[in-house]
Amino acid sequence: MSLTREEVQRVAALARLRFTAAEEERLTEQLDAILRYMEKLNRLDTTGVEPFTHAVEIANALREDKVANRPDAEALLANAPDKEQTFFKVPKIIE
Amino acid sequence: MNPAALTLHAAGEKLRSRELSSQELTEAVYRRIGETDKRVQAYLTLCRDAALAQAKQADDRRKRDGAAPPLLGIPIAVKDNFLTRGVRTTCASKILGDFIAPYDATVIKRLRDAGAVIIGKTNLDEFAMGSSAENSAFFPTRNPWNLERVPGGSSGGSAAAVAADQCIAALGTDTGGSIRQPAACCGVVGLKPTYGRVSRYGIIAFASSMDQVGPITKEVRDSALLLEALAGHDPADSTSVGRPVPPYGEALTGDVKGLRLGVPKEYFVSGMAPAVERAVRDAIALLEKNGAAVEEISLPHTEFAVAVYYIVATAEASSNLARYDGMRYGHRAAGKDLNETYMLSREQGFGPEVKRRIMLGTYALSAGYYDAYYLKAQQVRALIKKHFDEAFQHCDAIITPTAPTTAFKMGEKTQDPLQMYLSDIYTISINLAGLPALSLPCGFDQDNMPIGMQIIGKPFDEATILRLAHAYEQATEWHTKKPNI
Repeated sequence: MSLTREEVQRVAALARLRFTAAEEERLTEQLDAILRYMEKLNRLDTTGVEPFTHAVEIANALREDKVANRPDAEALLANAPDKEQTFFKVPKIIE
Repeated sequence: MNPAALTLHAAGEKLRSRELSSQELTEAVYRRIGETDKRVQAYLTLCRDAALAQAKQADDRRKRDGAAPPLLGIPIAVKDNFLTRGVRTTCASKILGDFIAPYDATVIKRLRDAGAVIIGKTNLDEFAMGSSAENSAFFPTRNPWNLERVPGGSSGGSAAAVAADQCIAALGTDTGGSIRQPAACCGVVGLKPTYGRVSRYGIIAFASSMDQVGPITKEVRDSALLLEALAGHDPADSTSVGRPVPPYGEALTGDVKGLRLGVPKEYFVSGMAPAVERAVRDAIALLEKNGAAVEEISLPHTEFAVAVYYIVATAEASSNLARYDGMRYGHRAAGKDLNETYMLSREQGFGPEVKRRIMLGTYALSAGYYDAYYLKAQQVRALIKKHFDEAFQHCDAIITPTAPTTAFKMGEKTQDPLQMYLSDIYTISINLAGLPALSLPCGFDQDNMPIGMQIIGKPFDEATILRLAHAYEQATEWHTKKPNI
């Protein structure tokens, strides 16, 4: 199996990334080499093996439905690329 | 002796005996940074004014409070992927170039409560993705042992800062070796605790099923003291585990008699530098001479770990990094519509390795490929964990090299991502299985570059690996060597 430029473009669109033609060509080669390396996993028979889910024992974490942290609105908004009063300002989402 | 060169436990003793104040110690650390960091470039941000105020508070608290905690007044460096309230936190990425952390990570809060002094934020590979600290969007960090070599990564800034005495100890994060490999490259101690041992709340996420916080220190005892302060359940991190935190310092008995050590034959294969193999074999022989029982074991799927890791880690990263959309924080570019704003913000904000991993992860999770990559990888991961579980039925710890070579030259692997990934070959299985592991110095190669030995423990048995590491350290002098910087 060989990775194509078209697949790289499709994945880039899914990931909201964009590349120049030269970057895209290089990336296709690099990703193809990495994916080929990963094909070594196919040498292992994993029929019936339960996939890994979590490294350690985990119990369901329940707590009272009570506010435990009060986010500092000013500190959070201080990082906003754009804001108005106490709101994040974002580009138009619905045409 | 320059106070900045002190270990954490020695500095603690001098502070307790009032031979030294935290303000003097903190000033000494900043002097050392001033003298050396133009060359090493370990720090992205210094917090001098706040740190000196914390040092003064620590000195005042010591006057009031006789039973002061062991970290009181100790200058500590923090990797720049920990949120530190009011301080720029970049993850070494342009996308967070101006980001001011709105709150403290739980471990930062714990450090502050213990009275530690936060010196500054150290450099890393962007979003902790890399093995050389060359992927920082700002500048590469250099190895204090040889400025032409990398310090390892991704916690390269923290490891270099510890090695160069630019702090007393440091914090790093480890997703595939990012504490242990730089510790090995810089000749210091690095401990990755069991997954769930330390809270991840407020750590900028890379691969959430493997990320873990840990100490990078000059000696093993320092790691024990820091881990004790960091570990424990955190209601804000549902994957942190509520087991009691033992007093790790008490595990350091200096005795290894009766401990059963496994040496996996798959870790001693071609590709390893001869000097590394010799140093690690000598270290194992020394532990055996001092009373440990050594046996060869098999971890048969070791050769598949890199492939599994770079599927699982990139899949998780592609999902975690979807949050950088330029809307509520981070870099926003001006696009003609919403979609173009996303694309441009991410195109301009992320560096090449981060983009490569997002692409790889998105591909592995995309329709039609999920079973072939992600599911298959999680199945092999389950087998890797099972083989560790089996080994630990008859071993108390497993000993391996930390990395196949000593620190490589800057630029040597930047053009070939796969070669860079393979420098994590001995560390990533441990993250896949969620185990604790520590790297400590065990020799030098022909170029006087430090070599690291990795000690892997059972889940939540950090005490045994600290005990082994400390006993080895007591029997050798590698930890006393300092780079000439």
